[in-house]
Amino acid sequence: MSVLELAQVSRWFGNVVAVNDVTMTIGPGVTGLLGPNGAGKSTLINLMGGFLAPSAGTVTLDGEPVWRNEQVYRRIGLVPEREAMYDGVSGWDFVLANARLHQLPDPEAAARRALDVVEMTAAADRGVATYSKGMKQRVKMATALVHDPPVLLLDEPFNGMDPRQRLQLVELLRTMGEAGRTVLFSSHILEEVEVLASSIQVVVAGRHAASGSFHAIRQLMTERPHQYTVRSGDDRALAAAVMAQGSVSSVELAVPEGAATGARDGTTALRVQATDRSGFVRALPRLASDHGIRLYEVTPADESLESVFAYLVER
Amino acid sequence: MNATVARLTARSLLAGRRAVLLTALPVVLLVLAVVARALGADDDLAVTLLGGFALATLVPLLGLIAGTGSIGPEIDDGSIVYLLSKPLSRDTIVVTKLLVAVAVVTVFGALPTLVAGVVLTGELGALALGYALAAAVAGAAYCALFVLLAVLTRNAVVIGLVYALVWETVVGQFVPGAQALSVQQWSLALAGPVLGDTGRELGVTAAVGGSVGVALLLAVALAATFVAGRRLRTIRLTSDL
Repeated sequence: MSVLELAQVSRWFGNVVAVNDVTMTIGPGVTGLLGPNGAGKSTLINLMGGFLAPSAGTVTLDGEPVWRNEQVYRRIGLVPEREAMYDGVSGWDFVLANARLHQLPDPEAAARRALDVVEMTAAADRGVATYSKGMKQRVKMATALVHDPPVLLLDEPFNGMDPRQRLQLVELLRTMGEAGRTVLFSSHILEEVEVLASSIQVVVAGRHAASGSFHAIRQLMTERPHQYTVRSGDDRALAAAVMAQGSVSSVELAVPEGAATGARDGTTALRVQATDRSGFVRALPRLASDHGIRLYEVTPADESLESVFAYLVER
Repeated sequence: MNATVARLTARSLLAGRRAVLLTALPVVLLVLAVVARALGADDDLAVTLLGGFALATLVPLLGLIAGTGSIGPEIDDGSIVYLLSKPLSRDTIVVTKLLVAVAVVTVFGALPTLVAGVVLTGELGALALGYALAAAVAGAAYCALFVLLAVLTRNAVVIGLVYALVWETVVGQFVPGAQALSVQQWSLALAGPVLGDTGRELGVTAAVGGSVGVALLLAVALAATFVAGRRLRTIRLTSDL
């Protein structure tokens, strides 16, 4: 059982702050590092893997600093995001070379076992240059697993994988987590994290925005104020009716870009900020019906993951 | 020294375009030697070819190809992460890669220089042995410099090419004063005793004394290797934030 700890870690590159005062603890099980592109996930993984010095704060594995500590790699397996491997070699040679670099007592047996775990034994004799993206990903996994490390760090492992490969990797990582390994993977896709991670760390713009189970994060996301764009037969009357009830904090009459100008009163849409999403969604059709207003369109305006992340940061 | 790192390095160094370049350069030297011999080469021509081409151009270029090629492409494409994520000291990685590069330059540079010397002079004498020795030690020093350059910058090949062709080939041969700062001259100084009277009679002299040459070669090679090891400990693998 191994624990990675980041204590008030910051990392900047010149004037750019990539990671800003992040404190988090990654324990056994599968943890998802969730955040939009450019949020600092790769920098965090590089910090955890000992490839970057923190500009401030400390990164430790079981109390031992990871920076400038080559011995820590006996306990860490790393799956980098970049695909480059030693293209002139076969999968078997590559995994075996990794086992030898770890100075394992029986590198052949370790390489065989690792290739077996990722189900690449059959294709092991082929050159890595001939592998598909999913196969490369699995061989990368095998190199990370060859020394049976208690900690596994994966940078965007699902990128470019087809659904079947995704499913295989999910199963594999889940098994590792259940076996007591500390598995951390980064992703910018909520659904990937949802199906796999028992614990989630959300980073946005270099800051640690939230942490907890998927349920807890989902709750935070659901409870945030929601924006809707509503088009109706009489926006002004509907605005008054909507504003009169409790689930809404603001209503704005707006002219959306490129929208058809079909409303009777000259405006074209309402922008509604709902504090109680389900209350508003239930009330809106009833209000429209009571006032004899026809609803043309009800669109949630800010369902993108970026806006959800942004809310979590501002919270 | 790590055998696995050496194997991986040799494999990528001796594959593709790099292997073609490594082979083509000594082939040019040997063809020139054979042609010169057929046209009745004397020792002066041998000195011109061995000193002016083999030592001044061929060896620095081979040092550039092998030195930067032993580590630069791995840093560029990120595959060096597979070496760095192992319980291996960074110095071991650098020294191993350097030794592989030196072996390559010895095989593709010093050895053909020896053969060309024998072909040109018709004997395994002072010129062939002296220039081959100079080529071997200069090759080692170039490799150390170019491994360091590859760890320091992604533009190692361009900078190294300018250094090899402008500084070593032109300045190192023709500009007095600046010659004292040329790997080529240091290696000639080291090979001075082997070149002996034959060398002196043909006007082959180094810009620095023998012991100074040896000291400078050692100092540059050791310092470059040390700094490369330090730098590899803190190298940034990704440009993304």
